[in-house]
Amino acid sequence: MAKPRLATCSLAGCFGCHMSLLDIDERLVELLDLVDLDKSPLTDKKEFDRPVDIGLVEGGCANDHNVHTLRQFRKNCRILVSVGACAITGGVPAMRNMIGLKECLEEAYITGPTIEGKGMIPNDEDLPLLLDRVYPSHEVVKIDYFLPGCPPSGEAIWFFLKALLTGREPDLPYRMLKYD
Amino acid sequence: MSDQDFLITVDGMKVRAKRGQTIISACDAAGVYIPRLCHHPDLKPAGHCRLCSCYIDGRRASACTMPAAPGMVVVSNNEELNNDRRVVLDMLFVEGNHFCPTCEKSGDCELQALAYRLGITAPSLTYQWPKREIDASHPDVFIDRNTCVLCSRCIRASRDVDGKSIFGFSGRGLGMRLNIDSETKLSDTSFAAIDKAAKVCPVGCIVIKRTGYRTPIGRRHFDKAPIGTDIEACEVGDPE
Repeated sequence: MAKPRLATCSLAGCFGCHMSLLDIDERLVELLDLVDLDKSPLTDKKEFDRPVDIGLVEGGCANDHNVHTLRQFRKNCRILVSVGACAITGGVPAMRNMIGLKECLEEAYITGPTIEGKGMIPNDEDLPLLLDRVYPSHEVVKIDYFLPGCPPSGEAIWFFLKALLTGREPDLPYRMLKYD
Repeated sequence: MSDQDFLITVDGMKVRAKRGQTIISACDAAGVYIPRLCHHPDLKPAGHCRLCSCYIDGRRASACTMPAAPGMVVVSNNEELNNDRRVVLDMLFVEGNHFCPTCEKSGDCELQALAYRLGITAPSLTYQWPKREIDASHPDVFIDRNTCVLCSRCIRASRDVDGKSIFGFSGRGLGMRLNIDSETKLSDTSFAAIDKAAKVCPVGCIVIKRTGYRTPIGRRHFDKAPIGTDIEACEVGDPE
């Protein structure tokens, strides 16, 4: 029987949740016995070409590229999991949500105290278009499970994945349920 | 059991109460935890947050304001009430700006701890991202209204314990805010870090400066055991 396939992505996040996944240390070998790693920054596979069983989403949606990737994940993953504070709440990138995009960009690139000379807001057509604010994943697509933490500990990610892969509800024990 | 004491039933357990005692305080003394956010044992009850709402003799009421009476039957820990508590917490999370990963109160925050206890992994409501004011003018204390849950603990502590009445509410509904007794800023008031009002905030709204992040992760108040565990660990004598 084919192994379940696992995909991961990092949207508006810091890659800390992926680092935490790698933090399961030697259990990575056990994980690779349980799943085939499909589209992921860890495999550098660029596009989906077959259905995937579990998708882990790190980070919220700060730009149109994040939204595109998240929708691709929803379309191709049977179970989609929001992993970490940024995917679930918007996290640190969402701190701009109370300020307004224009004001935020002007402070960063034109009026801020570290700007030398005449600043300019980057406007290259290759740059993804920033959204009006940073959205948690579940405000963009349907999310099946949430794994909070900043980042969730390797132990929590391992517990969660093992539960999903063995057909159990991934109810985190108290000491693994953290928002920070 | 003195002549003044009587028994009430809470979630099927017999709890001893005294005349004039509220249900929540009788339960605390008996080791039965009822979730709460605005209630504080050193302050007058307010009934603001509704987290302690229980069925009391079949009708909903807040356990922090309802005086116990002989033979009362209280239901607190059932799925319906806990689901309502989750919704109240959800609303508090999305109506404010709570960034747990960077908050100085994280690990010691009662809002966060209640969400942990009730097993909330993500809010079910849409984030509001309101614009809230920060007041860092005071040399020893700051107010970050992003996390204020309008529990009124600081208002009651300042008025009833400190005798200063520095805090109050302004506005109503979604526009309700914690206000201070000053035209401009907290440093213009007589507020001091040793005031009771500086120590009762359940969240990261009123925080004493230069104390943040001192306790390492793993040793903070709610890192190992859920909120209410200390109450549940109280020694309970046989109420009969």
